[in-house]
Amino acid sequence: MDVLTQNFSLYGKGFLGTVQLTVYASLLALALGILMAAFRVAPVASLRALGTGWVTVLRNTPLTLLFFAVMLGLPRFGLVLPFTVFAVIALGCYTSAFICEAVRSGINTVPVGQGEAARSLGMTFDQTLSAVVLPQAFRTVIPPIGSTLIALAKNSAIAGSFSVTELLGTYKPLNERGYSIIWSFVWIAVGYLVITLAISALFSLLERRWGVPR
Amino acid sequence: MAVGEPLIELRDVNKHFGALHVLRDIELTVGRGEVVVVIGPSGGGKSTLIRTINRLETVQSGSIVVDGRPLPEEGKELARLRAEVGMVFQSFNLFAHRTVLANVMLGQTKVRRRAKPDAERRARELLGRVGLADQAGKYPGQLSGGQQQRVAIARALAMDPQVMLFDEPTSALDPEMINEVLEVMRQLAQDGMTMVVVTHEMGFARSAANRVVFMADGAIVEDRTPEEFFRAPESERARDFLSKILKH
Repeated sequence: MDVLTQNFSLYGKGFLGTVQLTVYASLLALALGILMAAFRVAPVASLRALGTGWVTVLRNTPLTLLFFAVMLGLPRFGLVLPFTVFAVIALGCYTSAFICEAVRSGINTVPVGQGEAARSLGMTFDQTLSAVVLPQAFRTVIPPIGSTLIALAKNSAIAGSFSVTELLGTYKPLNERGYSIIWSFVWIAVGYLVITLAISALFSLLERRWGVPR
Repeated sequence: MAVGEPLIELRDVNKHFGALHVLRDIELTVGRGEVVVVIGPSGGGKSTLIRTINRLETVQSGSIVVDGRPLPEEGKELARLRAEVGMVFQSFNLFAHRTVLANVMLGQTKVRRRAKPDAERRARELLGRVGLADQAGKYPGQLSGGQQQRVAIARALAMDPQVMLFDEPTSALDPEMINEVLEVMRQLAQDGMTMVVVTHEMGFARSAANRVVFMADGAIVEDRTPEEFFRAPESERARDFLSKILKH
């Protein structure tokens, strides 16, 4: 208990860092993931190819490699940003590939007739997707997206290795100050639990809220 | 009923699904104000034919002209044309996540860019016309099949289309609900709406159609007035079909 009370501000900073990374990267991942899912079902072949390429590359490379690519690669093109922003980009892009596939599976659960009805009314592809298909797909993708975002929260620990303040990284200074490594980790684990259980709770709330009689 | 200038023209239309030749050299003209009923055995290409008119199905060759314009490629232009062509499906296809009222308003606000209050007024008026004014707040899943199909008709009418396509509108309905839908369709026909109807309801074909088109094996076999067709079908195929369905 002493580890926590005596180093509360250190833990707090790490905890907030992880929360910050999780929230911003989640927003980026959701935006990019939904966009890429739309590309993957678009009637335009080049957009479909872009979506497929995006998912193939990002889903099949290690996240750590992606962190290296972003942190070392982007500055070479003159893009120098704070490490936290780089971490959000790496985490967000990586997770967007999984979000994309979850959303696409949801789109595939919406009966074809729904889209046909929308198109027969004269709605464009964008309108059909945003007003008819995605709202219905949304309901089935809530659980898998919840899981993906929980994975994102835990993956954010990698950012600690790249000089970003986050929860897991707090073990280093604690260790140097001579605290028990076991108790340091226990409190770190509790911190992650708070975040991941909060995400779980949020998603079960969404699931209950968006139930539609069929 | 007076039949005006051609609104839909199909010329030499052919479609294949792989090795299957589903539409063979289709020639069909539908005049403004005309009610054309398409009948024939299952798998004969009736639904495919009607779905080519708003390009839910593409064709490999031939031309399809709606209101003087050839069907455009997929895109904004096609969307504009589809707004002029109402469609009613066998499985209703009401938007499951929206209320009945919202179903009838969605196309008006998104496609016709009508203001919400105008769209709502029109939606309620149409729901009244199909006898469902009191169901506006419900979700499609809470309605019977016949009610859902009437909402679907109202939804299509809300776009003020020039023509309405009906793809087996009563085939998924319990027998006691078929008439409530046919009654709405009869009323539409009387009001002068141009209609193309794929159906197995011979009574509707007799009473409401200007022309009966008999299709089998992807080709139009007969295209005549209902009186002529039902009294003395010319082809062996049609005689055979009618003898089978009119027995019971």
